[in-house]
Amino acid sequence: MSLSAHLSQLQERIRSASERGIPLRLRGGGSKDFYGNEPRGEVLDTRAYGGIVDYEPSELVVTARCGTPLAEVEAALDERRQCLPFEPPHFGAATFGGCVASGLSGPRRASAGALRDFVLGVKLIDGSGRLLQFGGQVMKNVAGYDISRLAAGSLGTLGLVAEASLKVLPRPATETTLRLQMAQADALRTMNRWGGQPLAISAMAWFDGLLSVRLSGADIAVQSARRAIGGEEAAEGAGFWRAIREQTHEFFSCRTLWRIAVPSITPPLELVGAQFIEWGGGLRWLSSSAPAAEVRAAARRAGGHATLFRAADKSAGAFTPLEPVVMRLHRALKRAFDPAGILNPGRLYPEL
Amino acid sequence: MGEALSLNRQKEVAHALRAFLPERAVLFEEEDTRPYECDGLTAYRQVPMVVALPESEAQVQRILKLCSAMNVPVVPRGAGTGLSGGALPPGDGVLLSMAKFMRVIRVDPHARVAVVQPGVRNAVISEVAAPHGLYYAPDPSSQIACTIGGNVAENSGGVHCLKYGLTVHNVLRVRGFTIDGEPIEVGSEAPDAAGLDLLALAIGSEGMLFVVTEATVKLLPKPQCARVIMASFDDVERAGNAVAAVIAAGIIPAGLEMMDKPATRAVEQFVGAGYDLDAAAILLCESDGTPAEVEHEIARMEAVLTTAGAVRLAVSRDEAERLRFWSGRKAAFPAVGRISPDYYCMDGTIPRKRLGEVLNFIAEMEKKYALRCPNVFHAGDGNLHPLILFDASRPDELERTERFAAEVLEKCVAVGGTITGEHGVGVEKINQMCTQFGAQELELFHAVKRAFDPAGLLNPGKAVPTLARCAEYGRMHVHGGALPHSELPRF
Repeated sequence: MSLSAHLSQLQERIRSASERGIPLRLRGGGSKDFYGNEPRGEVLDTRAYGGIVDYEPSELVVTARCGTPLAEVEAALDERRQCLPFEPPHFGAATFGGCVASGLSGPRRASAGALRDFVLGVKLIDGSGRLLQFGGQVMKNVAGYDISRLAAGSLGTLGLVAEASLKVLPRPATETTLRLQMAQADALRTMNRWGGQPLAISAMAWFDGLLSVRLSGADIAVQSARRAIGGEEAAEGAGFWRAIREQTHEFFSCRTLWRIAVPSITPPLELVGAQFIEWGGGLRWLSSSAPAAEVRAAARRAGGHATLFRAADKSAGAFTPLEPVVMRLHRALKRAFDPAGILNPGRLYPEL
Repeated sequence: MGEALSLNRQKEVAHALRAFLPERAVLFEEEDTRPYECDGLTAYRQVPMVVALPESEAQVQRILKLCSAMNVPVVPRGAGTGLSGGALPPGDGVLLSMAKFMRVIRVDPHARVAVVQPGVRNAVISEVAAPHGLYYAPDPSSQIACTIGGNVAENSGGVHCLKYGLTVHNVLRVRGFTIDGEPIEVGSEAPDAAGLDLLALAIGSEGMLFVVTEATVKLLPKPQCARVIMASFDDVERAGNAVAAVIAAGIIPAGLEMMDKPATRAVEQFVGAGYDLDAAAILLCESDGTPAEVEHEIARMEAVLTTAGAVRLAVSRDEAERLRFWSGRKAAFPAVGRISPDYYCMDGTIPRKRLGEVLNFIAEMEKKYALRCPNVFHAGDGNLHPLILFDASRPDELERTERFAAEVLEKCVAVGGTITGEHGVGVEKINQMCTQFGAQELELFHAVKRAFDPAGLLNPGKAVPTLARCAEYGRMHVHGGALPHSELPRF
């Protein structure tokens, strides 16, 4: 079957499901089946609609179809010494479309930005099966509402991301990881202090009394940051950050994993269980059997929010409940994009 | 509406506003409202029925509740420096000036954020952050006058956004009120707020979705030093290729700007920036970081630019010279304003690789319409600002200018770019939206608008054309759901 036939088929499946009111579960490699609330509906597999559409290193843009393996996109970039700076997790056989739809970013998020910061354009199949295009392949574009970034991280609730264009950047010339022994509160203060200095830091994490700092950039910048920061150079630096990004680090093998986002200066959260800190203090992974209400209240007090990331029981809802006005707008937007309410129903919030 | 009726309406609305606003905060006499008749796009003017100047969030809320109840259109306005008529007032409604919201509420150097009211000027944020070694990165050329509220509405950029991003990358949270006066807050100081990314949707929405009354912005560590190279080229296309060569070499300059000879000549008379007037085009290529990093990167940039055919290179020797090199670029618009009675600024963005083709097209249009058009160009991110020179007092020059501009913007779309990179659609480019988007996309934009503002009272008639208007403009076939120019690689 040709690519355009695959695309038409995706559109047709959605159009017909909307007419019959049948919920669809949009799915690429299934690597993030665990994420969000429990998926419901007939599986709509996106993998046949794959392939890189356009990649020109000097334009700093890659465009690919949803079913393209994320690994294939990253390999193509790596060949030209470029990368996706937000370091998306794969968690298995991730696809490009799933990467955009889930909106997850990895260790470099605090210094480089999140996935949504790199989204330039999407082709989106809405809940009626219409193929729409927003944004494009250029860095600056303010024509119309920014639907591309709205679609990023929407977990397929607004439409199927059929194709996306992302900004890419040169791969850092040099990387090194430093290790410093430090208690959590000190580490939080230190990470925020360094964050305010012009140092070539690309990731900071703390776990079990050890602060890890990754330096990335031109050799000369990495060397000067290394002198400023001190500590010991880690032998297995690259592997350590990969293990965090892909959650193969032993910490993540816990039964119930919370992802708590807070302002980076938030002091240690007083919660039962072990914590792993990323993003210079902005992200606190928590392994805990504490009641959901308690975890969410702690996050809220700090001005943040808590996602039940991996758990056998997600009856408390995967995501922090929204303020009524914001929820009303979510519902109105859902109706605008997917009037029949068939795309990944409930995956983000039960009301959507 | 007849004149007597509209006067009655004006009296009625002003009276209702006066119930909770002080006398000086409600303007309706023409001598008071006339100054608000346009923003930076002076070709479009409309005296507002009433101007409201609230100074508290509670007042904004009451104004919106009132206008919503009375079915009165509301147009928010910052400093009025916008170039697309986004703040063109409603003749039958309230111009909501946010000028009194000038307070910097909090600067937190440890968290590297500033909380500001929307009337705070862009440059002020960097000034208050400077004692902590921090700054706010987006720097539109109008930064001494434009306000953060306007920047949020337009998703403003600047000359450093290739490396440091646009407003959408540097604002963490906004709060405000919906047209019904309901408080709303989107984004947060915690990363990746829960739910759909309404913050990204709000930024660049041209004041169409809700009114912003407070913003939290990200502050970055100020680079220790910066130096800029002025590279001369004897051919414009070669200069364009040099831009691609710099990026292909794995360098992301802090700023990368191009000006052609007509632009450098206009600027040189005005500010004496020290530009090479013999060059067909110059590139300004900036490096920032620690002194050692900058020295290293400048050397790499010089090598790439030389290989790419630069005929002369000058590197700023000190901060004064660096600022002088930039002064010309930042003063390009006023400088052009001195050599021509009027000018019209375009804002298309194109893939960099199509630069030569688009510049040749612009040269053809100069001949076709018998109008001159110097070019300044945010080369690093493909954002063109061709400036068409004209004299509005001469018959048909404005009309020729508009046709010239429309052809160039349509060319930008045809090569895979966009009609506006950073100035917004407003009223100015609303017809070209019919070229950029198909009927289905425009319908969805209207549906998004209705989700926030069902009655269509906030900044009505801006940014998104009705399908009827597009049909009238003649660029779109609304029947059968067919996309206009579907053969073009627009994505």
